[in-house]
Amino acid sequence: MISKIYPGKLIAVEGLDGSGKSTQIALLRRWLELGNYKVFFTEWNSSQLVKKITKKGKDQKTLTPTTFSLVHCTDFADRYERQIVPLLKAGYLVLCDRYIFTAFARDAVRKVDKRWLKKLYSFAHLPDITFYFNVPLDVALDRILSGRPELKYHEAGMDLELSEDPYESFKLFQGMIYDEYSALCKEFKLTVIDATLPPEEQQQFMRKQIERKMRLSDFVYKGVHRPIGPMPTHKAR
Amino acid sequence: MAKKFYGVGIPEFDVSALTGKLIVVEGCDGAGRSTQVSLIKNSLEHSGFPVTEVQMKQSELVGKELIEIMKGNVLTPQTMSLLYMTDFADLLENSILPALKAGFVVVSDRYIYTIIARHVVRGIDQTWLKNICSVALVPDLVIYLNAKPQTLAERIFHKYGTLNYWESGMDISTKNDVFENFISYQKLLHKQFLQMSKEYKFISLSSEAEPMEVFSYIEPLVLKLMK
Repeated sequence: MISKIYPGKLIAVEGLDGSGKSTQIALLRRWLELGNYKVFFTEWNSSQLVKKITKKGKDQKTLTPTTFSLVHCTDFADRYERQIVPLLKAGYLVLCDRYIFTAFARDAVRKVDKRWLKKLYSFAHLPDITFYFNVPLDVALDRILSGRPELKYHEAGMDLELSEDPYESFKLFQGMIYDEYSALCKEFKLTVIDATLPPEEQQQFMRKQIERKMRLSDFVYKGVHRPIGPMPTHKAR
Repeated sequence: MAKKFYGVGIPEFDVSALTGKLIVVEGCDGAGRSTQVSLIKNSLEHSGFPVTEVQMKQSELVGKELIEIMKGNVLTPQTMSLLYMTDFADLLENSILPALKAGFVVVSDRYIYTIIARHVVRGIDQTWLKNICSVALVPDLVIYLNAKPQTLAERIFHKYGTLNYWESGMDISTKNDVFENFISYQKLLHKQFLQMSKEYKFISLSSEAEPMEVFSYIEPLVLKLMK
């Protein structure tokens, strides 16, 4: 893994669906924006260019573990090279909703070789801080499944053929991802947050960690104060 | 010769089920690859072997998108190489491997070597590329066709009337001269192919001659493989 020193800082959140990480990074972003810091937010699987391809592959269910992995890495590389790196070089605080650990966990569950995966993503800078939202599996499942949402094919891990029932498949799939995350936490020394705590306590913890790890005054935006829009609405999962 | 992947391969895929043969024809634009691919196909079919032809940028998953994206020149080389690999992996898993499993001869116009060569000359780390490409199956035969850049240019002019932006390496040159760029870019690519030649066991053939003469060297190799 590359650990180049850039003037900017990279902050990532990771965790199971339903762990509350997106809510927390949205609050963090809000805090930094209101503080007039140079901040940029990007989320997993969001590159416009690659989106169409991912969607087609998912719709047609022709993605294999290898192409699933490569498509997501292409998406990541596109955002990484065109946004994340230039912004880090320009001294921004770059917030990522999911980072390479998501790929490590999901693709490993799909039996993609772990060494291959790590080399695949070896061009990526490791975050300065990665928060892992640790939540017991049943809590995460309950948060997602209580509304009986319609689960998408890959989201439910149906391609793994664990069960014919999407809900059952989702549970098994998430359990496997949970195990991968637990191992990644140790290997990459992720900052673990107890995601069963009240949201405001989790947020306070994140802010403290960030203030401890970086001098925020270095990231104040010196240009004309721009009007701040409404709280960004994030799509769940 | 038993089938194997270059490295990690495709997760949980059993190569022993592959009974067909994989023949790759590599080479620069204008080297006469497609002509030789057709000749190989004719010859094999004439002998009663079922043949599938495949080529890059033809995958169901990203083939069309890749061509679209290349029109815009909006991706960085690293992202581009990943997109090419996605295309290749889709082709491998959804076309090449199933055909080999069914006992077909697969003749592939270009293979991972093109992906490696094109992106190494654009500054991407060779070790990183080779690792990604280690999902590929080792072909039974790799023919590398090469001709002088001047010959390549003439053939392309003859066929299309104009040199392609990417094949002239316009994206990596500061010069505006398409012809000069084409010549230097093809030299760079050839150098990369030569470097890979030993490691990937290429059979290098000059394609300066007439197609049938070139094929007279290829045919015995193909027939020997089928024995």
